[in-house]
Amino acid sequence: MHTAETTKPSIAPEREPQLWGVLAEYGNVDDLLAAAKVVRNAGYTKWDCHTPFPVHGLDGAMGIKKTILPWLVLGAGLTGTTVAILMQWYVNNPGTEFASWFSFMASYPMTFSGKPYWSLPPNIPVAFELTVLFASLCSFFGMFILNGLPKLYHPAFTNGRFKRVTDDAFFIIIERADLKFHADATTELLRSTSPVAIDQVKD
Amino acid sequence: MTTVHAEIIPTGGDNTADDPAQRAQLITGPTGQSFHAVTEQVCGIAEARRPPKAWYIAFAIASVWLTILGVMILYLVFTGIGVWNLKIPVAWAFDITNFVFWVGIGHAGTLISAILFLFRQKWRTSINRFAEAMTIFAVVCAGTFPGIHVGRQWMAFWLAPYPNQMGMWPNFFSPLLWDVFAVSTYATVSVLFWYMGMVPDLATFRDRSKTKLRYYIYGILSLGWRGSNRHWHVYEKAYLLLAGLATPLVLSVHSVVSFDFAVSQIPGWHTTIFPPYFVAGAIFSGFAMVITLAIPARELFGLKDFITMRHLDNMCKIILLTGSMVGYAYSMEWFIAWYGQSPFEQFHFMNRYLGTMGWAGIIMVTCNVVIPQIFWFKFARTNVWIMFTVCIFVNIGMWFERFVIIVLGLHRDFLPSSWRDYAPSYVEVLTLIGSFGLFTVLFLLFCRYLPMMAMAEVKSILPMAHANPAVHGKDAHRFDYNPDSGSEQEIAAAGGH
Repeated sequence: MHTAETTKPSIAPEREPQLWGVLAEYGNVDDLLAAAKVVRNAGYTKWDCHTPFPVHGLDGAMGIKKTILPWLVLGAGLTGTTVAILMQWYVNNPGTEFASWFSFMASYPMTFSGKPYWSLPPNIPVAFELTVLFASLCSFFGMFILNGLPKLYHPAFTNGRFKRVTDDAFFIIIERADLKFHADATTELLRSTSPVAIDQVKD
Repeated sequence: MTTVHAEIIPTGGDNTADDPAQRAQLITGPTGQSFHAVTEQVCGIAEARRPPKAWYIAFAIASVWLTILGVMILYLVFTGIGVWNLKIPVAWAFDITNFVFWVGIGHAGTLISAILFLFRQKWRTSINRFAEAMTIFAVVCAGTFPGIHVGRQWMAFWLAPYPNQMGMWPNFFSPLLWDVFAVSTYATVSVLFWYMGMVPDLATFRDRSKTKLRYYIYGILSLGWRGSNRHWHVYEKAYLLLAGLATPLVLSVHSVVSFDFAVSQIPGWHTTIFPPYFVAGAIFSGFAMVITLAIPARELFGLKDFITMRHLDNMCKIILLTGSMVGYAYSMEWFIAWYGQSPFEQFHFMNRYLGTMGWAGIIMVTCNVVIPQIFWFKFARTNVWIMFTVCIFVNIGMWFERFVIIVLGLHRDFLPSSWRDYAPSYVEVLTLIGSFGLFTVLFLLFCRYLPMMAMAEVKSILPMAHANPAVHGKDAHRFDYNPDSGSEQEIAAAGGH
């Protein structure tokens, strides 16, 4: 038994940064699109393109599936309509007194100009607004949740080159977690796609 | 589209020519030729050690006005609504006029960011960010006025439907309550839309930050955005959805604001033309405000490559269009007053221009309908001084439009014994001026600390942002996903690589 090992502190030692993926930088959109098709055809799945702005045609080149966000938004919108109609019906309607177990839940019916307590047209504006509100909140938060954001740390941020992703550089990163990943072969594949530079991403 | 322009239009040059054989150059000068130049130009504003001197002068003046607003509101709250010169029958005057005016200003921002997006108007990318900011700050100003006009301002939360010990609920038949929902939804959606559009640009700020403080603040604000195309895919869909939702929303908001009047039975208010007329007027006044802000901003911050003559020219055309729609509405009101043969209605419209307060009606028509007609001429649409002057008049005219509708609608009651002319108290005048201070302070802070231009969007309309058809085939962008086939043949068949 080596005494040196037993005297090691009990907390985990600082880990050496390990290879997380391979990064290739491209100087223009055309090279990126061509490279994306090559990587996709090679059968990689855990990889991504990083661009300063949405590049048209890249979704198809990468083979990204259509997002389900519109369906979520539709659901949220319909929820908003339903909530608004039910709320207004409940609040201004004497027929809902059955639910007034507590005084603060009692409805508050009002009569104006002999009009009926309940009719749909005056409830449309609020129903419309809540539909839009619910749907908008869903598309905003749904987008970030589906994208796994906020995520303030990402291994790619450790690479100095990557700072230019929000400026004028285009990147492809293939993760080591991909089943087809092989440090040399993957680097070789990316090298064949005329990148400006190739680098390792460590984490 | 990858048309290579024969010559690069220099900064501040004339790019208003409409040659159908060539796409108009939307970003001029050297900035239009490189992504990095766009980043440098826009980030430079927020990264400069000090803003331009004019910024400090404007900020100082606006801060004084903002302080005046605060003092006037405190005076109002501690003393009571009597400090305003509101007496029956004129129970609404400056408060609601300012409210409608500011909400209307906001509408141009949403029109630019949402409606022009749906219409694929690429020139919007240069102006949408600060127009959206303008929307939000205008809605902040607008929201102040209904909040402080309720009498007991500390009870303003009674507007919200919530279960309470009094067993009371709001009246959902009232347009005033619809307004609460419309304006609060509008404020929320505008903030979401603005912030979401800003996240990629905040990430640019983060990646360029030189100090720890900037790195952390912009790092947190940008939520870890890393330009992933899988993210862009969902992001673009969410952006489209928000634009699709904001479009009917913005039309509904001013419609609902107009219901405040149209649903009542006052002559001059009770008309079905109000919703479209109010929406057109809102966009009209909003665009005038965008130009009023854009002209000094492009001078001060050197943004002439982004906000080119073509942008200003386009906005002037929209002002001409919506101003003429407003003019049509004015004349249609006259026609209906005659055609409807209601003596009260006829009296109202005569009184609007010929009565004791007819000067307000004359200002309204002159500023809104007559003066903008100069935009039929191209020299006026390409001269910043003429543009700026006309837009100031439009701002004044649109404020007076709301004043005319509200005050002149009320001051001649059905009962002549209660007729009364209205003049504002100094508190009302200073509150109006103060609201401009609030708006300007917020806008100046925005110019200094947040990305003023939608960098990512501007980059995406530069010629080199698109795939070269010579390399990828002309249908490169129609590269649809088919999960069952990912082979070389399929890629080749789809016209690719």
